[in-house]
Amino acid sequence: MEQNLEKIFQDKIDREVRIEPKDWMPEKYRQTLIRQISQHAHSEIIGMLPEGNWITRAPSLRRKAILLAKVQDEAGHGLYLYSAAETLGISRDQMYDQLHTGKAKYSSIFNYPSLSWADMGVVGWLVDGAAIMNQVPLCRSSFGPYARAMVRVCKEESFHQRQGFEILYVLSKGTEAQRKMAQDAINRWWWPSLMMFGPKDDESPNTIQSMKWKIKRFSNDELRQKFVDVCAEQVKVLGFTLPDNDLKWNEERGHYDFGAINWDEFWQVVQGNGPCNKERLDARKKAWEEGAWVRDAALAYANKKAKQKQAAA
Amino acid sequence: MKNEIDFLLHLADNALIIGHRNSEWCGHGPILEQDIAITNIALDYIGQARNFYQHAAELINQQPTNISVTLTGNDMVLPATEDSLAYLRDVREFKNLLITEIPNGDWAQTTLRLFLLSTFQLQLFTQLLQHSDTQVAAIAEKSIKEVSYHLKWSQDWVLRLGDGTEESKQRMQTAIENIWAYTGELFIQPEFATAACLNYSAIQTAWNQKVSAVFEEAGLSIPPKTFVQKGGANGMHTEHLGYILAEMQYLQRAYPNSEW
Ligand SMILES: [Fe+2]
Ligand SMILES: [Fe+2]
Ligand SMILES: [Fe+2]
Repeated sequence: MEQNLEKIFQDKIDREVRIEPKDWMPEKYRQTLIRQISQHAHSEIIGMLPEGNWITRAPSLRRKAILLAKVQDEAGHGLYLYSAAETLGISRDQMYDQLHTGKAKYSSIFNYPSLSWADMGVVGWLVDGAAIMNQVPLCRSSFGPYARAMVRVCKEESFHQRQGFEILYVLSKGTEAQRKMAQDAINRWWWPSLMMFGPKDDESPNTIQSMKWKIKRFSNDELRQKFVDVCAEQVKVLGFTLPDNDLKWNEERGHYDFGAINWDEFWQVVQGNGPCNKERLDARKKAWEEGAWVRDAALAYANKKAKQKQAAA
Repeated sequence: MKNEIDFLLHLADNALIIGHRNSEWCGHGPILEQDIAITNIALDYIGQARNFYQHAAELINQQPTNISVTLTGNDMVLPATEDSLAYLRDVREFKNLLITEIPNGDWAQTTLRLFLLSTFQLQLFTQLLQHSDTQVAAIAEKSIKEVSYHLKWSQDWVLRLGDGTEESKQRMQTAIENIWAYTGELFIQPEFATAACLNYSAIQTAWNQKVSAVFEEAGLSIPPKTFVQKGGANGMHTEHLGYILAEMQYLQRAYPNSEW
């Protein structure tokens, strides 16, 4: 029986039919998706922090408004993604709990500090850029609610990426100090953004099954290469450089070669030892704990009102 | 014309500073949906500030001589722009109401402050619809839509917290006590608020009615008469504003004459 269901399920996937929440699915598929979607949702929420850090210091009113809108978009992404995960039978509160206890991960990129205004440009260009590379294929994820959430998210992410690039473009045309600020930000964020694609393919154990289930369409290394190829060209428009002496066009491969990633650093940050892991998690926990009385009051009030309505009816 | 410019700066500064305070919640709100809501409100206020500053800049730049829009006699950077007005004036030149600059406190204090302020703003902007400068009337009209939403949102929170749990009621009552001394300033007509359409005592009457009705529904009480803290419109601020400006203006001050 189980085997039969599994066969029907895989058949649908092979025919590119979307799996919906009420459909039968293997438990492992459900768990993998909960892990992936909630991790993505947490990344959106934690990702608000390094950029939120510059809202009160944005250098012009126009930039302030754009940044506010951007960070608000990220909160919205978190919201759609939590809702998509909820269709798989987990509550938002359970997911928060996993985040706060360190059981669930989020994208390590947000464990790096945003130190200058140029970081707002680089985060948009590279971090949102890498997110788009990762996420565009997810618009065809086999799981319907996730695929649909990603369509909306990707539209907004590409807007963020353009805005980030535009911040850098203006800095590139600015004073010497502004150009230095921008180059420094690129130097700091380049390698961590390459790490956003995850470990090398031969060290990424989930990839094969996820590809078969079509919740992943390209391997980590394929996407990383695509990203390098795009950025190596875009950085020329800015007149800046990427901090990699081995970056070179390889005619034969039709791709850019690039230097070795510091995987030790990657695993250190994943394990919680990045420069801001503690701050990011503490900020979220603090918001959650200090908000408890607000949520309690809202619930108590809603219950009171419901009772009054019932009594009146 | 100096009066109109000062009045526009007063409105712009109010919007900018309350927008700044609300934006401090972004990423730290108690509920994700409410984090989005308060960020959106902050964004509305930054938009209002820009509209008022842009119009003020327009009027300043039309003046034949360099009229002093500063109280301390610092030279205004000309031509004025929305950013020079927001980023290159110092504490004594800001004309915002004190209630906009005091710290956020907890969620009760933040939502209460917004309720008290937006009740006032809705009345003020409604009067400004009759302003002889059609540009001011147009900005007021656009702002009324936003402020009506801010009022509804914050009023809901005053009700919810006032009539929620014991703790939330107590926090809301404490917030009232913390903020009350800054409410009297709302009804002191600034010297530069000379437009014929303005009637501050009518604003006060409407404000009193609205606030008492909501407090009564929420089971909250208005403190006995307290001393009125005032002076914002004349550049006499709390110590908090200096820190807001230090943070907000840092890039413009550290890297002068740069485009961003
Ligand atoms: Fe994202
Ligand atoms: Fe996002
Ligand atoms: Fe984004």
